[in-house]
Amino acid sequence: MKDFAYAVPATLARAAALWREAPDASRFLAGGTDLLGMMKDFVIQPARVISLAAIPELRGIREEDGALVIGAMTPLGDVIASPLVRARCPALVQAAAGIKSPQLRNMATLGGDLLQRPRCWYFRRGFGLLGMKDGKSLVLDGEDRFHAILGNAGPAKFASPSSIAPALVAAGAELLVWNGEGTRRMAALDLYRTPEREEESEFSLAGGEILVAVRLPAARPASATCEVRQRKSLDWPVAAASACLDLENGRVAGARLVLGQVAPVPWLVDVTSLLAGKPLDEEGAKAAAEAALKDATPLAGNGYKVQVAEVAARRALLAAAGKAG
Amino acid sequence: MRELNKGWPKLDEATHLGKRTPRIDAADKVTGRAKYTQDVNLDSMLHAKFTLCPHGRARVQSVDASAAQALDGVVLARAIVGEGEELEHAGREVAVVAAESEEIAREAAQLVRVEYEVLEHNVADASPDLAGEWAREQRGRDQGDVDAGFAAADVVVEGRYGAPIVTHCCLEPHGSVVEFVDEEHVNTWVSTQRISSQDEDLAGELGIQPENVRAVCQHMGGGFGSKFQFDVWDRECARIAEETGRPVKAMLDRDHELMVAGSRPSAYADVRVGVKKDGTITAWESRSWGSGGAGGGSSPRLPYVFDKVPQRRTHVSIRTNTGASRPWRAPMSPQSCLITMAALDDAAAALDLDPLDFFLKNLPFTERPEVYEEELLIAARLMDWRGRFIPRAAQQGAVRRGLGLSLHTWGGYGHDSNCSTTIRGDGAVTVSCGTQDLGTGSHTVLAVVTAETLGLPVAAIDVRIGDSLLPPSGGSGGSTTVGGISSAARDAALDALRQLLARAAPELNAAPEECRAQGGRVFVAAAPERSLGWTEACGLIGPEALSGSGRTDPELMADGVGGAQMAEVEVDVETGVVAMKKLVAVQDCGTVVDLTTAESQVYGACIMGISSALFEERVMDPTTGACLNPNMAFYRLAGIGDVGEIVVHLMQTEAHHARGVIGIGEPPVISPIAAISNAVANAAGVRVPYAPFTPRAVLTALGKGRGR
Amino acid sequence: MSEERGFSRRKFLQGVGAGALAAGAMPDLARGAEAPEDAPDLAGPGPVPVTLDVNGVRTTIEVEPRVTLLDALRSRLDITGAKKVCDHGACGACTVLLDGRPVYACSMLAIAAQGKKIETVESLAPGGELNAVQQAFVAHDGLQCGFCTSGFVLASEALLRQNPRPSHEEVLEALSGNLCRCGSYQGIKKASGAAPGGG
Repeated sequence: MKDFAYAVPATLARAAALWREAPDASRFLAGGTDLLGMMKDFVIQPARVISLAAIPELRGIREEDGALVIGAMTPLGDVIASPLVRARCPALVQAAAGIKSPQLRNMATLGGDLLQRPRCWYFRRGFGLLGMKDGKSLVLDGEDRFHAILGNAGPAKFASPSSIAPALVAAGAELLVWNGEGTRRMAALDLYRTPEREEESEFSLAGGEILVAVRLPAARPASATCEVRQRKSLDWPVAAASACLDLENGRVAGARLVLGQVAPVPWLVDVTSLLAGKPLDEEGAKAAAEAALKDATPLAGNGYKVQVAEVAARRALLAAAGKAG
Repeated sequence: MRELNKGWPKLDEATHLGKRTPRIDAADKVTGRAKYTQDVNLDSMLHAKFTLCPHGRARVQSVDASAAQALDGVVLARAIVGEGEELEHAGREVAVVAAESEEIAREAAQLVRVEYEVLEHNVADASPDLAGEWAREQRGRDQGDVDAGFAAADVVVEGRYGAPIVTHCCLEPHGSVVEFVDEEHVNTWVSTQRISSQDEDLAGELGIQPENVRAVCQHMGGGFGSKFQFDVWDRECARIAEETGRPVKAMLDRDHELMVAGSRPSAYADVRVGVKKDGTITAWESRSWGSGGAGGGSSPRLPYVFDKVPQRRTHVSIRTNTGASRPWRAPMSPQSCLITMAALDDAAAALDLDPLDFFLKNLPFTERPEVYEEELLIAARLMDWRGRFIPRAAQQGAVRRGLGLSLHTWGGYGHDSNCSTTIRGDGAVTVSCGTQDLGTGSHTVLAVVTAETLGLPVAAIDVRIGDSLLPPSGGSGGSTTVGGISSAARDAALDALRQLLARAAPELNAAPEECRAQGGRVFVAAAPERSLGWTEACGLIGPEALSGSGRTDPELMADGVGGAQMAEVEVDVETGVVAMKKLVAVQDCGTVVDLTTAESQVYGACIMGISSALFEERVMDPTTGACLNPNMAFYRLAGIGDVGEIVVHLMQTEAHHARGVIGIGEPPVISPIAAISNAVANAAGVRVPYAPFTPRAVLTALGKGRGR
Repeated sequence: MSEERGFSRRKFLQGVGAGALAAGAMPDLARGAEAPEDAPDLAGPGPVPVTLDVNGVRTTIEVEPRVTLLDALRSRLDITGAKKVCDHGACGACTVLLDGRPVYACSMLAIAAQGKKIETVESLAPGGELNAVQQAFVAHDGLQCGFCTSGFVLASEALLRQNPRPSHEEVLEALSGNLCRCGSYQGIKKASGAAPGGG
């Protein structure tokens, strides 16, 4: 890790001002569990690190006009423990609880999880976000077992690493983003984009923008997250799925399924048309899961992820409906 | 009157031997007081870090360390390979930097500019077809009439099996600290499995007398076979200490550790097994291949355990540009065991036989049929095999249960060791031995043997190990330590005791050979009421402590163990996730010195085996030759929730006890991967050819998923 | 980057003061107090004073902002119970308690740990008397080489302070962020399940 100048601003305005002083050399620091590791590996080398730990607006869980607002710097452990979150979005609690380490859950934050960088081992070993060498994809010629099976037609082959993004996208959450002058709102899914060139980001935040909070809508759909991990202990999932169901008298009125770890972005599939008007059953869940993976384009060595993701999707839908997967 | 009995006391007469003694160094380890090499902080100490080659194979054209040297806090930066030198794998050390802090040293190592001519490389070893020019056919071997064996077979079963390169991944990385006391005298702390010869290696490097070097390794954070060598980092640490006159610490970072500091060779094989309908094996034929790095790799021992079967085997050694292999806990045995036991299990399945019956029937092909039979039957009882075994492919549903078994063997004969035992006038007892404790229990073993021999509580014994000034002892490899040090400690304690009894006997109006020490007293064997308390007796010693010396005693040791293991897994055939439910390990090891640490060795070996069966694999990039997972997020070790229930049964009968001490560190690590492979096949209904048995491997074997 | 260094040099003294102040005052700031807009608040690059409250003792050291809490403890304060193994938040050997909660000291900057109560394994046995968790680890041989041990002991300690009678599943959950290579899990499970009430 290279040394840097460190600041702990107490306000969003001050944080943005510090960033503007050195826009190309600054990084915001949340829980640090991802950024510090990449700095140690010289993958990211900021000259200025701006901690967001002392900004009050970024913390806390509160209800506002029926919606639930969770500060971006809220540790995942607090999210899991919150009765408000538990009551409103089991999929989010389950997703956060899938990070099997009390230590990480005490340190890692909601915003940090959403903005963590891909786990692509080419990226992490210094070959760039797209993992290219001499104009060719190292992933395509190499070890692709954990890479994307959807949305991978372009040069980005990495898989979106966030554990909680699928749950938030499925729940129709919005993000509150401070842009230096005020707060703008965006759909959770719009945080993510698929870069086409190495210098592009996989996030849609403009330079210096700060993720302030996540806003869960007032509606309380039935929801669940299903992760498939190799290890029961701390591990990144092979594939994951979060499902939210709007149920009316036990019948599906709306169904949002989001796959994680399978595409460069959280992969939203609206399966309402397949499931609407009926109670969700094994057959429906299977059909919806198959539809979600229908267009999968696995790479040479990760075809197994299609199967894993399909099973995760089916089990998440069934769990959301309160049925054992 | 008999002379003091040199042999081990019988199991039912022993006070400490074979009983449970809490690990005597445990209190130091749970409080953080135990100091490891990584924990050594000396005044004005420098930190050394290395610049590593990023290419699979390359020739060094130039090294420019000036930018590193210019960084504030850097004391020294220089190349450690010559121009034109060929580097055979990524991770090879090219330059070293020494700086005032670890952070500065690490940053500076990145600033060294190296120009390479990148050469063609190979990191693939899993398929014999891939290797091409990188493959070297080794001389084959025949035993018995193989053709007649296959001719006599009713069925010939074929299969492909194997295990990839895995690393040692010791939690304490490799490394050392070197300090010059003056121009001629050097102290070194080193994380090593052989402290007794570290002084000679270092002295040779520095051109000084070995007696002027003191090497210390009081505690060390795991070795598993990877910490015998005097390594490049030890050498550079010493040279920099010499050049700068300052203490230097060189501990590897995790990525460096996982790339170069130890791996287990891969081994794969195509196997044909001939069997009669009744389950009798008639012949074995195998063509194996594998790699341990740029030097190729050694051949697995096939067929393993059942080595009296008529057999024909060939091996292809594959050169890969990967960090060189080092002995990995029971070298080549887990791989040999997997290939053999999986092939035999497939033969049993092809005949629709319960593998337990099949293995029992073929025990005459092994060296120790009676021991294996006894162990298999105990394991079967502990697993309830007879009540729970279901033939392959007889289950429905997503989550299916499976059982598998395996047999293994090992030597474990003690190495040469010296030991000294001193008894002071105040009754204090010290046992000293130049051995090391890898977490295996060496401290505790020495205390137990000395306490048993002198009739004292274990807590009364002060144990000193991990220092090259102490009586020399062998390296801790091959499960040789416990036999070597326990017999030497027995010998040394008896020598000291004889001297003590010679002082005490006149006070008791008896001859020395009529006296004994037990229960904290010295007494006349025929008249125990004529006795002295331990401190009272030691009061007769005077100001000069008694010193007994001892050596390894072949009569107190033995060689050759067997083990039987059974695994139970659950396989989710939809996701390919394998979950350990239970592992039963039945193991003989002759005389158990300390039951606590002996059992812990078996538990630990089972878990290390589970970890490599389910998770471990070093992943290399074919294009660049770089290691892709030199970190502990993607080089996965089993966590506490991943190992299931483990049941250990040590064969601790008077008959086994009477054999003498045999090492136990390695044998139980051999079978888990094979037993688990067989359990997965039993549950999933298909053989997953290669470990680790990940979702990808399982689903691919099941033909699920799209694409390849 | 060189500009950053120059910037810092100019404001070195002020920067140092503000850095320490900002961190020390963090609890107040979190309740809504605001630092003046013009306060110089960059610390480093280069060594700055960092005050850590470790095991009840406050010590000020001079370290660069990049120094992790783990490296500050181990190589600056010579408190070496927490070990450096993966250095990337994946193994738990560096676990310490921060305001009573287990965290990975390798994944946190020392400068960011100011104002927090840091407990290392060394604090559990003041005067050498092992606490309940430590006694249980000894009694059940929940260790071999010992390199992961302080991390497991502290993760267990944190669990048992919250939950004196954890179920088997709760023990596995609480310890799933720690790894052992020797395979001491059997003893660790027993120790964490058996230690009554923790420390």
